[in-house]
Amino acid sequence: MSPMTVAVQVTDLVKTYTGRSGEVQAVKGVNLQVQPGEVFGFLGPNGAGKSTCVRMLTTLLTITSGSATVCGLDVAKDPDGVRRKIGVALQEAGLDPRQTGRELLVLQARLFGSTPEQAKDRAQELLELVDLVEAADRLIKGYSGGMKRRLDLASALVHEPEVLFLDEPTTGLDPASRLTVWDEVRRINERGTTVFLTTQYLEEADQLCDRLAIIDGGLIVLEGTPTDLKAALRQRKGLDHEPTLDEVFLDATGRTRTRVAGEVEEVSS
Amino acid sequence: MKQTLLLASRALRESLRTPESLAPTLLIPLFFLVVNVGQAGKIFPGSTTSFLHGQGYAGFQLPSSLLLGASFGTAALYLVEDIEGGYFDRLRAAPISRTALVMGRLLAEAVKAIALTVAMIAISLLFGIRIASGVGGFALILLLNASWAVVYAGFMQLIALKTRSAAATNSGSLIFFPLLFVTPSFVPRDMLTRPMEIAASFNPVTYIMEALRTLVLGDVDWGAVGIGFAVVGALGVVMVVLNVRSIRSYD
Repeated sequence: MSPMTVAVQVTDLVKTYTGRSGEVQAVKGVNLQVQPGEVFGFLGPNGAGKSTCVRMLTTLLTITSGSATVCGLDVAKDPDGVRRKIGVALQEAGLDPRQTGRELLVLQARLFGSTPEQAKDRAQELLELVDLVEAADRLIKGYSGGMKRRLDLASALVHEPEVLFLDEPTTGLDPASRLTVWDEVRRINERGTTVFLTTQYLEEADQLCDRLAIIDGGLIVLEGTPTDLKAALRQRKGLDHEPTLDEVFLDATGRTRTRVAGEVEEVSS
Repeated sequence: MKQTLLLASRALRESLRTPESLAPTLLIPLFFLVVNVGQAGKIFPGSTTSFLHGQGYAGFQLPSSLLLGASFGTAALYLVEDIEGGYFDRLRAAPISRTALVMGRLLAEAVKAIALTVAMIAISLLFGIRIASGVGGFALILLLNASWAVVYAGFMQLIALKTRSAAATNSGSLIFFPLLFVTPSFVPRDMLTRPMEIAASFNPVTYIMEALRTLVLGDVDWGAVGIGFAVVGALGVVMVVLNVRSIRSYD
């Protein structure tokens, strides 16, 4: 990829599902651009269209209209080309419980065209990267949630992708495992991989992302660097404190945080 | 092709790691063989029944049991697990040929069916059944039965891809009752009642069963063998094409 090619370019992206109850437009015309080397955060409430967008960008869902390119390749026209450039770790750790960690990585590498020797070496390298060498020859069935997530991350990296898509990589993890995954994401990004990350944790976005976009109701409602977005909100609302990314998010998505009866916090639209 | 072999060996590894799902595929067909022969064996003594060509009734029943065993493929259920667990998406997001995604598991089913058929025939030989067509015929039996395993597993995979549900896939397997029993499974086709004969003639399994049967019993009818292979070949092509199309449009 030449330095001038954008990593991800999305133009008027639309996804419509046809169900029994008629048509549902999950993504209503999303535009965004991710530069090479960035960690790009894609935030939004549940059902906002985050995962649908990621699934279209990773060739897993057909695109209803609009277009998307990854590393200059059209997702709809050249899906296999895109698949060679991207690594994908989705919400559900996509693992096969009946293989060992090492077998899974070797198979993945071989499916991407490595020779048996190359695949073996690459698997060892990745197992070291995500600190799973000791568990490598045990069945994945017995792995903890954090181990599965790390292995999932490793298997997304077998072919040294240029863009790594992570869909809620830390959902359901304990705080320690979450920090480990964050460290790994930073390390992967430092090696030059562009990261496209969706998350529901605003702290995660604040910690990891160079730039972020907030999607709500199938449309992008806000885009910028975490610092700029916070400063803009502070200025617009005349706040006397630095707002958190939570406040930026709630403001952008039209949700209000009301303190009701006692200590219960409720988010309502 | 390399990708198909990689995925097939993964599917075989998976089956070997769940031996509890393999055992019934051998035991249940043998159970039916014993029960059916016990029920009807006296009506059709080998010495006086012309359609047995000198063998016992067990030889006539063996093809039904072979086909039954080959219809116990687990490909579709494991595919549902892959879909539910997210591994199928990992494979779909990799530059793997969609045909290899379909064929990997189907090839593994063929290998399993060959092993199962060899085991069942070996056990049958101990009980006096003979493969009248000899070693060449034995190879054709393996090929035919393995091809049926691919067709049936392909059909089940199609249900799995369309419904993505283990319950629906399990229910889909019930089609196997009309497929295996609306056939000349107890007597040759010309001895069936007229309505049953007509129904059986529309059932593709009838022709595969008749091909297997002529290879087991004496007097090999090569025409029937040819028809059996043509039927299973055509169905195999249809299943693979439908599976690949289903993965291409999978959302």
